[in-house]
Amino acid sequence: MEEAQMKEEFKTETNETQMEEKETEDTQLEEKDSYLQTEVAPALIALHPFDQSIAVTVGSELRIFNLVKNCAVSLADESKEMLHRDSIRALRFSDSGKLLVSAGDDKLVKIWGAESWQCLCTVNSEKRVSAVAISKDEQYVCFADKFGVVWIVDLVGLAENQPNPDKNAVAIFGHYCSIITSLEFSPDGRFIVSADRDFKIRVSVFPKYPLKGVHEIQSFCLGHSEFVSCLTFVHNSDFPQGFLVSGSGDSTVCMWDVTSGSLLCTSDVGREANLSEESHPAVTDLYATADGSLVAVAIQRQALEIPLSFDLLLSILQGILLLSCDLSAKRLSMLKVVPVPGETFIPTRLGTKLSGNLLWMVTGASNLPGTKESSFARIRAVSCFKKKSNDSDLEPRVLEDTEVPGGDQLLEKLQGSVSVESTVFSAAADALNAAMSSLLRKKQYSDEKRDFRKKTRNDKKFKQ
Amino acid sequence: MFFLKSRPIEASSLHQPIILGKKARSMLESKGNSTFNKSTGLPRKRFYRARAHSNPLSDSHFPVPLSPQHVDYSLHFPQIFPSPDRSGDARRIEFADVGCGFGGLCISLSTLFPEKLMIGMEIRDKVTEYVKERILGLRTTNPGQYQNVSVVRTNSMKYIPNYFEKGQLSKMFFLFPDPHFKEKNHRRRVISPFLLDEYAYVLKEGGIIYTITDVEELGVWMRTCLENHPMFECITDEELEADPVVKLLVSATEEGQKVARNGGQTFQAVFRRVALSG
Repeated sequence: MEEAQMKEEFKTETNETQMEEKETEDTQLEEKDSYLQTEVAPALIALHPFDQSIAVTVGSELRIFNLVKNCAVSLADESKEMLHRDSIRALRFSDSGKLLVSAGDDKLVKIWGAESWQCLCTVNSEKRVSAVAISKDEQYVCFADKFGVVWIVDLVGLAENQPNPDKNAVAIFGHYCSIITSLEFSPDGRFIVSADRDFKIRVSVFPKYPLKGVHEIQSFCLGHSEFVSCLTFVHNSDFPQGFLVSGSGDSTVCMWDVTSGSLLCTSDVGREANLSEESHPAVTDLYATADGSLVAVAIQRQALEIPLSFDLLLSILQGILLLSCDLSAKRLSMLKVVPVPGETFIPTRLGTKLSGNLLWMVTGASNLPGTKESSFARIRAVSCFKKKSNDSDLEPRVLEDTEVPGGDQLLEKLQGSVSVESTVFSAAADALNAAMSSLLRKKQYSDEKRDFRKKTRNDKKFKQ
Repeated sequence: MFFLKSRPIEASSLHQPIILGKKARSMLESKGNSTFNKSTGLPRKRFYRARAHSNPLSDSHFPVPLSPQHVDYSLHFPQIFPSPDRSGDARRIEFADVGCGFGGLCISLSTLFPEKLMIGMEIRDKVTEYVKERILGLRTTNPGQYQNVSVVRTNSMKYIPNYFEKGQLSKMFFLFPDPHFKEKNHRRRVISPFLLDEYAYVLKEGGIIYTITDVEELGVWMRTCLENHPMFECITDEELEADPVVKLLVSATEEGQKVARNGGQTFQAVFRRVALSG
């Protein structure tokens, strides 16, 4: 037994030089690929809380449509310096609808007045920004960077018509060197919740004077076994503090009590939607209805490693999942799948307003490698996104393009064109999956490969 | 190396400070107890050589418990917790030595506080392995003792909340940590303003954080971080005098002994966790 092992060792030693050469090539290729992959950015969507406008981003482009006047909105200053220069990764309206914040890979956080569409303030970040949140009193904007640091900007003195360019961000707390994927304030404004790729959700007490730092941790919500991708609160008038709901790369949606950090309920959406066991598609976004009775869940397209029969292809999830949420029993349960007929629509982001019953979905990507049109976006809306009723006419379903509020004008502005070539959808979904997993999933190397990578680390290369 | 051929392996490894290759070492290990000191039954440090530094920023590839409830106490303290469901005892780990190195402090604390459970946390796998063997050896040679101490390989800068619940710990130790002189590497320091938030979370009110270093610059850094944090207050000199643990910071740790041997200076900062005011 031992002898065989020795022989094996000897053999690998003699082959080592050849292998190393080959591996250098491999790793270089790999790194180049993963670099390209991470540049692919998903399209985002955000809804004004009172239904006045809708914002969509594709890559560095921010598109706004006014739902009241039914017309496209152009940003007040469209000169180059005022716009984003790289993919936007976070987009959010404030609760009152006065502000919109956008931020992303160009390390800029832009705060827009949602009336005038002026850029009120641009804040420089040291690193790429991965998430933003606006405090409930709209005094502060918080944003998180890819090194796990959360920053705060106070909005005192910020008003429309007097753009104030000189705002600086202050670091308030951090996750140790982990990409923060989502930032959320609790409905009562007491807590700020941050999720990261190290499976962690941190609930911090948001203090009266947050510029001095956020030091007191209320709890950690631990239980996910992959990166946490999205957070939302479910709450209603009976449960004003509500519960936290999180989605993760482990294909589960979990419900938490943030005060204690205890896990209340886990819904394995991958399994409940009858998806194949091996693929474990990540949950990419969550949205709850205003009454806290429903949670819409967007999940990744599954990796197709084996060619599938037509029947199986049909059973692949295209659309969104609805979970019904019982706040008094603290339970989430699978309600139904809302399919998107006609196209491979894998939503990249969801959006809804406070009242009303439309759930907006966007799919799209920018910087797609190897395609003619490097970026695209497609908007769909789901009707009757509210508590289930017995009337079968009020079942949630995906609206046709002609039924979408705003009609062609909205689609033209937000998608860039009325009709979108749907052939790129599945390629884009795959590219986005790859980008997400290369960004957030931990890479698994074999022992030899890990040793090899240690030998060829960058800091050693310089010494030669 | 020719000694290996002419003499029995055990004998040569006992007397000759030979630096063995990987293969020879694995042969030694396969022969049994040669990596252990024959008279004390303890592991011999030279077989657990490790790099002095480890990058705390890199992705970890060792298992991490999902949450503090998932920490298997029966693996760490088998005599106290016979089954993994922790039914045997209501006690929880109260002392954590972060970056325990070769485990000197943990071992001393174990007999000083026989009723408390304690754990050493170390990121270098070989060093952790050594401490594990050392504790197992001590348990065998001193029946009934050292059952309250254990060690785990982990990156405590990332995974402290996975091991301890809120307010679980009463003492935390950061002894002779890696100084990380370069400014760009300051974020790798184990005491930093943001990490102190997490340490304040796992420490109970009144819990004590002990730090010591032989590097003045780092000593000043650690003290400043603690002084500026609203959830820690400095402990008075009288209290320090009365605390038997303070003396162990230098005398019980391998690094501390090295500093004392060379007549070096040490810089300590001992603070108490207090409630956030205002």
